[in-house]
Amino acid sequence: MTHHTYMWAEMLALLTITALTLAYLWAAARSGPRQRPWSAWRTMSWLGGVALVVVASAPLLTTLAHHDLRVHMLQHLLLGMFAPLGLVLAAPLTLTLRTLPVAAARRVIRLLRSRPLRWLSHPLSALALNIGGMYVLYLTPLYALSLHSPLLHLGLSIHFLVAGYLFTWAIVGPDPVPHRPSWRLRVAILFSAIAAHATLAKLLYAYGWPRGAGIDPAQREAAAQLMYYGGDFAELLVAITLFASWYCHSRRLRTAAALRTS
Amino acid sequence: MTTKQRNQRPARQSLWAAVLIGSGIMAAIDEIVFHQLLGWHHFYDRATPLIGLLSDGLLHAAELLAIVAGGFLLAELWRSEALAPRWAWAGFFLGAGGFQLFDGLVNHKVLQLHQIRYGVVLLPYDLAWNIAGLLLLCIGSGLVLRAKAGMRHDELADTRQH
Repeated sequence: MTHHTYMWAEMLALLTITALTLAYLWAAARSGPRQRPWSAWRTMSWLGGVALVVVASAPLLTTLAHHDLRVHMLQHLLLGMFAPLGLVLAAPLTLTLRTLPVAAARRVIRLLRSRPLRWLSHPLSALALNIGGMYVLYLTPLYALSLHSPLLHLGLSIHFLVAGYLFTWAIVGPDPVPHRPSWRLRVAILFSAIAAHATLAKLLYAYGWPRGAGIDPAQREAAAQLMYYGGDFAELLVAITLFASWYCHSRRLRTAAALRTS
Repeated sequence: MTTKQRNQRPARQSLWAAVLIGSGIMAAIDEIVFHQLLGWHHFYDRATPLIGLLSDGLLHAAELLAIVAGGFLLAELWRSEALAPRWAWAGFFLGAGGFQLFDGLVNHKVLQLHQIRYGVVLLPYDLAWNIAGLLLLCIGSGLVLRAKAGMRHDELADTRQH
């Protein structure tokens, strides 16, 4: 029964990703009469993000991850950190808004301004969902439970993909965010995320979490280091994106100022 | 605006951007050479208290952001032709030496995050580590003096012209 539900849920998740990708490609291929063509970089970024999701959720990897925490950690890094960066940099919301008719686009914007989405897209709540979720998963018996329930495992994968997307969107997304917080707050939150992630990796190594799943200590230590350095690399990419946007923005400001004075 | 005022802002910004890079690069060298290549340090040495793990995480995040932020700040100064190379070099050495000394005194000794090497008499290692930090700081201070002298020289040339 549970297995049946799991199969359906997994099918639904895959169908959703496929449908979103087809919609993205369709919207990217057509541009209105007064619109510039959609950037090929953004399209490639979306496809890259989707490819990472597909690789991370491939049945082979999932089977291996069941017995090996290192593979689980790799899946987790791909789903929760690298894939979201690709998807966010593809600016799907901007593409949606420019493709939809004006009335529908206005409705999307109203939806974005709604209270739940404003809360969800705030970097602080995204941070809590993302890194907080990891602390709960690894420092409680939840991880051991997820090994016995494919449905729970799928739910967690979706949670980390969505939480990773929200976090990356709120911090560095090219898409509009309802109430984007100040630049300083975003840097401070990215700083907290890196610190919390590195600390969690060392906690796993030092205190032998996740427990209750009969994991070989050497394997757990390797997984913790993968989390530490892999997370570093992903966060380095996010930091570069954040500061690069500041750099480009300051160039635009300077050009605008130069145009005004001349 | 006098030359002094005109020069001070780029000088200060160049110095601080390079301090960020210097300390971040020193931390990266520590990570790559001593942790990964030599294997002297350990990822975790089984004696670190919980508070040490937390401060290690915070420091790690600061290092990572320092390199990226410093790099883009310097690039921005370079692009707006406001980079003061003498001040930037001074900042680089001050940052590198400052981090090395901080790592040697606070991380190794006060917080006891990890030691330089295990299974050896530590004193020569600690001395070499901290003296290297002090030397880098001295070079940085010397470069600050040189940059200041250079700035006075420019001002003088400027007043003579008028």
